Order: sequence, then structure tokens, then C-alpha cells
Amino acid sequence: MLQIKELCVKYDNIQVLHGISLELQEGELVALIGANGAGKTTTLSTISGVKRAFSGQIVYDGKDITKAGTDEIVKMGIVQVPEGRQIFSKMTIEENLILGAYTEKDSQRQKQNMQRVMELFPILRERRRQTAGTLSGGEQQMLAIARALMGNPRMLLLDEPSMGLSPLMTEQVFDAVKSLNDQGTTILLVEQNAYDAMEISHRTYIMENGVITREGKSSELMRDPAIKQAYLGGD
Amino acid sequence: MRYRDNPAVRFVCFVLIPLLILIICAMNRGHYYSDLICLFGINAILAVSLNLVNGFSGMFSMGHAAFMAVGAYTSALLTISESQKGRMAGLPAWFQTFTLPFPLALLCAGAAAALLALLIGFPVLRLKNHYLSVATLGLIVIVRAFLDNEDQFTNGARGITGLPSYSNIVTVFVTALLLLYIMYRLIRCSSYGRGLIAMRDDDVAAQTLGVRLVTKKISIFCLSAFAAGIGGALWGHLQSVISGQFFYFTDSFEIVEMSIIGGMFSLSGGIVGALVMTFLPEILAPLETGLVIGGVQLPELYGASNLILAVLLILLIIFRRQGILGYSEIIMESIFSKRTYTGLFQARTYRDLAAATRAKLAGIGKGKQTCK
Amino acid sequence: MSFDYILSQFVNGIKLGSIYAVVAIGYSMVYGILKLINFAHGDLMTVGVYTMLVLMGFSGIPIWLVILVGCGMSIIFGMTMEKLVYRPLRGSGEETTLIASLAVSVFLQNLISMIFSPQKRAFHLPDFLTQTYRLGSITLSVMNILTFISIVIILIALTLMLKKTKIGMAMRACSDNLAASQLMGIKINTVVAAAFVIGSGLAGLTGLMLAGEYKTIEPLMGFVPGLKAFCAAVLGGIGSLNGAVLGGFIIGIAEMLFAGLMPTDITPYRDAFIFLLLIVVLLVKPNGILGSSEGGRS
Repeated sequence: MLQIKELCVKYDNIQVLHGISLELQEGELVALIGANGAGKTTTLSTISGVKRAFSGQIVYDGKDITKAGTDEIVKMGIVQVPEGRQIFSKMTIEENLILGAYTEKDSQRQKQNMQRVMELFPILRERRRQTAGTLSGGEQQMLAIARALMGNPRMLLLDEPSMGLSPLMTEQVFDAVKSLNDQGTTILLVEQNAYDAMEISHRTYIMENGVITREGKSSELMRDPAIKQAYLGGD
Repeated sequence: MRYRDNPAVRFVCFVLIPLLILIICAMNRGHYYSDLICLFGINAILAVSLNLVNGFSGMFSMGHAAFMAVGAYTSALLTISESQKGRMAGLPAWFQTFTLPFPLALLCAGAAAALLALLIGFPVLRLKNHYLSVATLGLIVIVRAFLDNEDQFTNGARGITGLPSYSNIVTVFVTALLLLYIMYRLIRCSSYGRGLIAMRDDDVAAQTLGVRLVTKKISIFCLSAFAAGIGGALWGHLQSVISGQFFYFTDSFEIVEMSIIGGMFSLSGGIVGALVMTFLPEILAPLETGLVIGGVQLPELYGASNLILAVLLILLIIFRRQGILGYSEIIMESIFSKRTYTGLFQARTYRDLAAATRAKLAGIGKGKQTCK
Repeated sequence: MSFDYILSQFVNGIKLGSIYAVVAIGYSMVYGILKLINFAHGDLMTVGVYTMLVLMGFSGIPIWLVILVGCGMSIIFGMTMEKLVYRPLRGSGEETTLIASLAVSVFLQNLISMIFSPQKRAFHLPDFLTQTYRLGSITLSVMNILTFISIVIILIALTLMLKKTKIGMAMRACSDNLAASQLMGIKINTVVAAAFVIGSGLAGLTGLMLAGEYKTIEPLMGFVPGLKAFCAAVLGGIGSLNGAVLGGFIIGIAEMLFAGLMPTDITPYRDAFIFLLLIVVLLVKPNGILGSSEGGRS
């Protein structure tokens, strides 16, 4: 469904991605893990068109989207949930959700989507007239994911959804991610919380200093001693 | 060796040619072009002192004209004759006959401007980014209102006339070189300057290293105002007439333009900017009075030279944001010696500083890092 | 000092304040999205009013068409500066865009001087607009009344647009969180262009109001009112529409009361007073009057 080939990205003159390649099949949940500054967020931002590739190619459903603008990419069904939530804190929860469906022209479908995400995250229905800035961190993360779902995405790019959340909240968010994937949404999950991310994903890519160093089935990688040592906290 | 690194070339470019021009002009004192060269010297003081704040402290001030004005009026009041002072009713009696020699008047001019900077610095420097810039614009309006309305001290909107013509090639350039050298040593060869650069690039990190942000900001602001006050005083003695309208937005923007064009992150950038902004309008001036090109008389295009400068500035900002010189510096010492300067001395940003310090601690490149 | 006098100064303040308010709306919209203080915004007033001056020189052009074309010219200039100058600079620092806008301002002022000469020119509104009515001690011209009505209309229309329309929602989203707006598939360029169109159009309109009040125009006429309108936007809470209007009225009224009620040797300090007020407000309440109450953590 999505192929990234030899992608290089620079900030000013500093190269952060050195020719990475990765692939997602329809319906897959793939984790991308690595340390701070490895280039995970840059990878997502380049897919969603916020950041420009220096060289390399991004192909989605057989179409080259390397040079497409973010609005076109959103319309094609790839939506990024940014790191640190990035909700519209001065607007109400309802308005946040409506903005998530910005590219959706059909108002009937917009309403249906609203129903659907509010069923998925009931807390949002309760508070839909509240300004989003008043939500707790976990609720804001739910809102960020719900907002992305409003656009009927075929593929979600999740950036550190567990960041700053309590373990309980993290579990809830990961459960939601898993169930979304079960319902058919393809997901690329970027995480520092490697254990949980590998636990729910089908496959995992490991990134270090702008290159992909390992890839494979999550269940297999989790048993690898070197990876255990580096990412899963020993034992 | 690239020819621009050749000491002989540097000597000719940066010492011999300027010196020759200065001597020729000094012999034609009072001539139009020698006045223009004086103006360049004054502009260099103004632009470089603005760079101290805008380029090296991370603040962005646009209120240099206010400090110029304070300097010019102070020096004027301290040097004009008794008959001129007679017009200003508000001056105390002892002051009517009080005059100071020019160098002392200049110092007082700088001190008065620095005092103003100190007074307004405490509240204003707490503001963030562009709010600070707008507040300094407000300072211009406030100072102008005082100049125009405190008749008893400033002679109101009519301004002060008959300033002694103390500014000439010799006085302007001696003052300019002295000031520029002090600023240069302070920024490039002292821990004060390095602390300043660290603060500009990463104030939190600088604070953890023991840089006192408030002291640094206030002191550099005052120092910059001090130089601007002297620049303003020299300007007043060059024109011999001053009034509030000469120290307003347009004039302040001109200094900002110099600083941006030359490169505000470099002290010599201010000099380059002053060079461009002093002489380019002269070259463009014929446009304003109706130029004849190929027998065709163009109409008088009032404002054409400012218009062209504005376009140049916009293009520069878009295509070379850091100005002509960027972060690089024309290093005075290197004019006379082949030695290359590295390490702390060459550090232009916080990142450089950190790297140079690490290198110094590791004992690499020892002996080359300090000035001389 | 009679009550009538104070009242009439107050009404004058409202007249002036309404002008600042409309300019401040434009400032605020652009600032909210791009964090750009567009110093050239005030000069867009000048562009509009000079266009109107030229058109009024031809007899037979109805006044509504004159105003429309004048505002249209402001919009064209506003959009052009956005496209040519501010768009390439997007994402660079706040100071960079500030200087760029200053350069644009200098450019516009000198362009107008070059075409029309730097001299002041008389500007006469059509007679029916300058006709005055007296209500006790208060004198109001038709223009004043129309100005006030148009402000109310503009405010209602803009509020509705921001709340109900898609582009309005997108504008609010962009000023709340630009990065997230882009990820929602909002075309930032369209939204920025819309903000510039609205702001510039309003600037053209206020140029007319200002010229009607002063009866003369000059190439530099827009800069200081523009700066004061920025003060108004900051005072009210920049980025907030109601804040801009509130700030505009406060500044206008404060200015006229200061000019009218203070002893005559202090009144020339009215501009200084406004900027002093701005500095104090920035220090005491940096988010402005309505800025922080608008909601939430960021």
C-alpha cells in the first residue's frame, strides 16, 4: 500500500534521513521504533508532505506522492496524528472533530463519522462543547486520534501516542489503536515505548541515526537478545 | 592561498585605500564628499552599535534614533554659544554660560543616551521578540514628543541651530575607530562577548552556564545606546542644525537597514551596511531630480532611491537573510599577519563556542585561541 | 469643563476608535495566523485612499464604485505583498518578517510619493457624506454614522464567517495551531490569502474614513495610525476579533479624552501617551484584555 524507497531528508544542511526504505501492506499495523532524534518523526512528516524529501520516493497505491502537498495527501487518505497531540486548544471538541473532516465534502458522512468516533471515545461526546485545552493529556490524545479518524483515513500515521501519558492511559490508547487496526485501518506507529508498540504491531522497523537497522516480524524481533538489550530493558 | 586571504591584498583593501581616501578628503575639509565620508563614519558607529543589540543579544531594537536624538541634543546644549542658549528660557542660569570642550560633550552625549537606555531598559527588555521592537518604536514617538514640546530645553519643533562644526574627518574617524575597536574587543575577545553569543543562541543553556541574562541584556543595551548617543552628537555637529524630525522612524529604519544589509551577526557587517547605505543613495540621487537617459528626460521620481533600497532589502531578506557578511568578520589582526585564527576567537555561534571550548579543554589548537 | 464638552470628546473618541478598530481587525487576523506584524498594513490604507482620489477626479463615477475600486486596489496590493514577500519568508523568524514588512512599508510610501509627490493633498468627500447633524453638543456627519454602522455590520459578518463557514473555521484553526491545521488538509496558502484579502479590504475602507476625518491625505498618512491600530490589537488581545475592536475603541477614546481634558501643555503628548499605554499593557498583561480569557492552555 505504501512504499518508501531510499528516502533522504535534510534540515537546512544537516541530513537526518540517510536513504531509508520501508513498506506497509494494506491492513497492517507497523511499528517504527528508535531513540530520540533517530528520524522517526521526520519520516512521518515527509510521508504526510509537511517536510520535503531531498531524494528518494514515496509511493502510495502505485502513485508517486513524494512531491504532493499535505492537503492532497490527506484527501488520498493518509492522516498524521502529530507528536504532542497538537489539538486546537482554543476551539471546542466538536469543532476539532469537524476540522478533522475538513476535506470531507459530504456533510451526511461527516455526521456519521462524528457518531462513529464518539462511540469509540465516549468521553468526547460528554465534553463536546468544552474547549479542547481543558481536556487531560490522555483525553487530548484520544481527541487527536478521533480528529484524524474524521477524515476517513485509510492509513494513520501515529506519532508517539503514549508520550506523557500515565501507564493506565497508555494502555487505553494502545487498545484503541489495536481495535482501529482490527477494523481495517492501516497504521504506522512511531513510538519510544518499544515494548507496547511491538506487542500490538505485526511488523517492526528499528531506526538509528537516520537509517533503518533492523526489520522483521514484531514477535520475532522481541525475542532477539540484542534488541531486548537495547530497547526492551534487558531481560 | 586564496587571494582574499593574502595579507598584502588585505592591507591594500582595508588599510591603504581607506586611509588614502581619508587623507584626500581631510585636505578638502568642508567639501561635499568629505562630509559624505564623515557621514559614513557616523553611520558605521550607528550600525555597528545596533548590531550589538540586534545581532549579538537576541533582542531586536528599532529605536536607535531615540538614542541618537538624546546624544545630539545633549552635546548641542553643552557646546552652543550663549546667544543660542538665550532662546531657551528653561535653562538654569548657570547653564547659560556653561560650555564643555567637544570630547567631553561627546562623552556626556553618550552617557545621557546610556542613561535613557538604562531607564527604559528594565521594563522594556522584559518584552518578548517583536513586542520589544514595537516598544522601541514607541520610544521614538515618546522622545520625539519631548523634543517637539519641551520648548524651554529643546527650542521645540524649531530645533537647535548653530551647533559648532566640530565633526570633520579627523574627529569622526578617531571617534569611530576608537568605538569600533572597543566594541570589537568586547564582543570577540572577551568572556562577556562569548556569554552574549551564548545567550543569543540558547538563553536557557547560557543561564545554566552562569550567564546573567538581565545584566547582559541591560548592559549591552546601554552600551549600544552610548555609542548611538555619540553617533547622534557627531551627526548634529556635522549638520549644525538639529530638530525632532531628523530623529524619527525613517532615520531609525535607515540604521536598521544598514544593519540588515551588512549582516547583523557581524560587527564588520555594520560597517559594510553603512558603506552601502551611505553611498548607494548618492548614486541613485540623480533619479530623483529627473535623469536624462539617452536623450530622454525622465520625470522627477521623488522617493525613487528609497524605493530601490527597499526592493534591494526585500530581495536580500528573501535570498540572503543573514546579510552580506553573514556571520563572518573582517578580522583586523589578520590584515597584518598570516596567522589563521581558530578556536574560541573564531566562534560565531553557540554551537561553535561549545565545540571550541571542548577542543580547548582537550588541549587541541592550544595557543591560537586568544586574541594575539 | 462642562459635561457636554467631555461627552463630545468621548464621541470623537468613538469616531477615531472605530477607525482604529477596523484596521486592528486586519492586523489581528494576519498576526493570529502568521505571527507577522505587518507594518505595511497601515500603508494599504494609503494605497486605497489615493486610488479613490484618482477616481474621484473623474466626474460621473458613483461614490460606491470609487470605494469599491479603492478597496479592491488595497486588496491587490495586500495579496501581492503576501505572495511576493511574506510567502517566501514563511517559517523564518519573527524578526525577519518584521523587517520585511518594514521594507514593504517603505516601498509603498515611496511608491506613492513617486507617483503623487510627497505633498499633502486635499481630500473632499461628496457633500452628502459630510453633511452634519447636531444632537445637543455632539456633531455627527453622515460619514461618522455610516462608519459606525459599517463597523457593526463588519463585526457581525466576520463573527458569523469565523463561526459558521468552512474558511472561517480554517482561519480559526490556523491561528490556534498552524502545524495541526496543515495536517488536517487545510491549505495554509488559501487561508493566509483570505486573511490578507479581508484585512486589506478593511484597510482600504478605513483609509477613506481617515481621509474623511482629516480632509487631507499624504503618502505617510497610514503608518502612525497603522501602528496605533497595532497597539489596539495588542491591547485587546491580539488574534481575537472582539479584542481588536475593544482595543480600537479604548485607544481612540483614551486619545481623544487625553487631547481634550489634559492641560494644553501636555496635550501634544497624545501619541507618546498611546505608546506609553501600550508598553504598560504589554508589561502588565502581555496577552491583552481578551487574549487570555479566550480559553485554555496552549
